[in-house]
Amino acid sequence: MEFLSYLINGLGLGSVYAIIALGYTMVYGIAKMLNFAHGDVIMIGAYVAFFALTNFGLPLIPAVLLSVIVCTVLGVTIERLAYKPLRQASSLSVLITAIGVSYFLQNGAQLLWSSATKVFPAVISNGSLNIGSLQISYLTLITICVCILVMAALTLFINRTSTGRAMRACSEDKGAAALMGINVNFIISVTFAIGSGLAAIASVLLCSTYPSVFPTLGAMPGIKAFTAAVFGGIGSIPGAFLGGLLLGVIEILAKAYISTQLSDAIVFAVLIVVLLIKPTGLLGRKLSEKV
Amino acid sequence: MLKVENLKVQYGMIEAIKGISFEVGDGEIVTLIGANGAGKTTTMHAISGLVKPASGSITLDGKELTRTAPHKIVEMGLAQVPEGRRVFAQQTVEENLALGAYTRKDKDAVARDLEEVYTLFPRLKERSAQTAGTLSGGEQQMLAMGRALMAKPSIVLMDEPSMGLSPLLVSEIFRIIEEINEKGTTVLLVEQNAKRALAIADRAYVLETGVITLAGTGEELANDERVRKAYLGG
Ligand SMILES: Nc1ncnc2c1ncn2[C@@H]1O[C@H](COP(=O)(O)OP(=O)(O)OP(=O)(O)O)[C@@H](O)[C@H]1O
Ligand SMILES: [Mg+2]
Repeated sequence: MEFLSYLINGLGLGSVYAIIALGYTMVYGIAKMLNFAHGDVIMIGAYVAFFALTNFGLPLIPAVLLSVIVCTVLGVTIERLAYKPLRQASSLSVLITAIGVSYFLQNGAQLLWSSATKVFPAVISNGSLNIGSLQISYLTLITICVCILVMAALTLFINRTSTGRAMRACSEDKGAAALMGINVNFIISVTFAIGSGLAAIASVLLCSTYPSVFPTLGAMPGIKAFTAAVFGGIGSIPGAFLGGLLLGVIEILAKAYISTQLSDAIVFAVLIVVLLIKPTGLLGRKLSEKV
Repeated sequence: MLKVENLKVQYGMIEAIKGISFEVGDGEIVTLIGANGAGKTTTMHAISGLVKPASGSITLDGKELTRTAPHKIVEMGLAQVPEGRRVFAQQTVEENLALGAYTRKDKDAVARDLEEVYTLFPRLKERSAQTAGTLSGGEQQMLAMGRALMAKPSIVLMDEPSMGLSPLLVSEIFRIIEEINEKGTTVLLVEQNAKRALAIADRAYVLETGVITLAGTGEELANDERVRKAYLGG
């Protein structure tokens, strides 16, 4: 029973990682870049949701929507202003720019809202479901359900719509995609929009579990989710899902049975072992060969 | 009509295209022949907007293409079968063909054109649910051609469509190019297989290291001494 409860909590945490990891993996798959500022978009999303809930007194759903809108606009703007001018530049320049954007957002948040921690209100019911001696919090259940919904919606979008097909085409070959009449810049914007919107949803789930809002709040979940994306195979959407869930479960089990201090080290050790055995990650494929 | 005037393209310090001019009239098959590295693909990329020319102009029915985004050029009715096919390996044949029609909103007409492409390439119909990466080279070439036709272009650019194919398939590809043209699509064909290209072309240009050195009808060039020596093996 104890194990089962850890497992479910792990899936809950993993669901948050998975939703964040989708942003990393989609942007990597299409723009071929590591968006290091993704974690900080989560932080902005958390502040927006916080102010919407407390200062504006909005109910949960409108607050989440507002956060999603702000993050979507922010993500697209970052891409347009910071990354788009570097389309032809080396990946190192892009990476350094992304780190710069990350610092810019963190320092901007500190300037605007100070570095003092704000307490995120408990808006998602803190009750729990009891099955025998097994206790699962509603928050965990909701988090897992949101993750499944996001995953299903995204899979449908990518596989069944014309824009989704265009996204897959851009991830394979942007030049050939342009020759199909696909506006590659628009597709990249859509990718950033989706990733950033998902970051906002993740921020609310995350802050409902760990209710502190501060300027560097996105850094750790960002790194973990990035790890999850690599773990599952960066560029692969089911990979981000699987990687996120596994990472959450490993982290919680390591905390419970081995050591709280060592749990992060264990998570990264598992990542290294997986990458040694399968360098492309669990579900990643080799870059398609050019003829 | 596609008109290229004084086109220059540079890659860094290297001038790959050094001021070429040529045109493709409506309904024609025009071929651009030249050796490896002559600048054929660069020219095709410049027309489709994938590389920005250093100077010169490219117009399609009088409209300037050099300042137009690649996806807008497709909307204007110019499609390309790129060198090396570049099919979307992880998507199915049918999805690749749907991507060819990405800019079109007329669903019924797209469905009719899909049937037409399947009639032209029956092999693609048999393999419609298969991922493109698992097709043979010849099938991939047919897919790349079918995909370009799905845009319903008034002019289609083909960059070495016969490359790497068996002689039998090469004949098949050239027969299909003629058929596409007979149905009303203008063709600009880049080939290293000069003999076959000149045989079906109305007019032809010879490109040598970024410069057009000869121009004439397909027949004229096929009988030209210099062309015979350099491109037709004596
Ligand atoms: N992206 C690039 N960067 C730098 N130089 C390039 C690039 N693409 C082509 N070149 C150079 O430009 C010249 C023309 O190349 P291009 O690919 O247009 O030739 P081609 O006639 O299509 O040759 P092939 O028959 O081998 O396909 C070559 O010297 C090539 O090395
Ligand atoms: Mg070429």
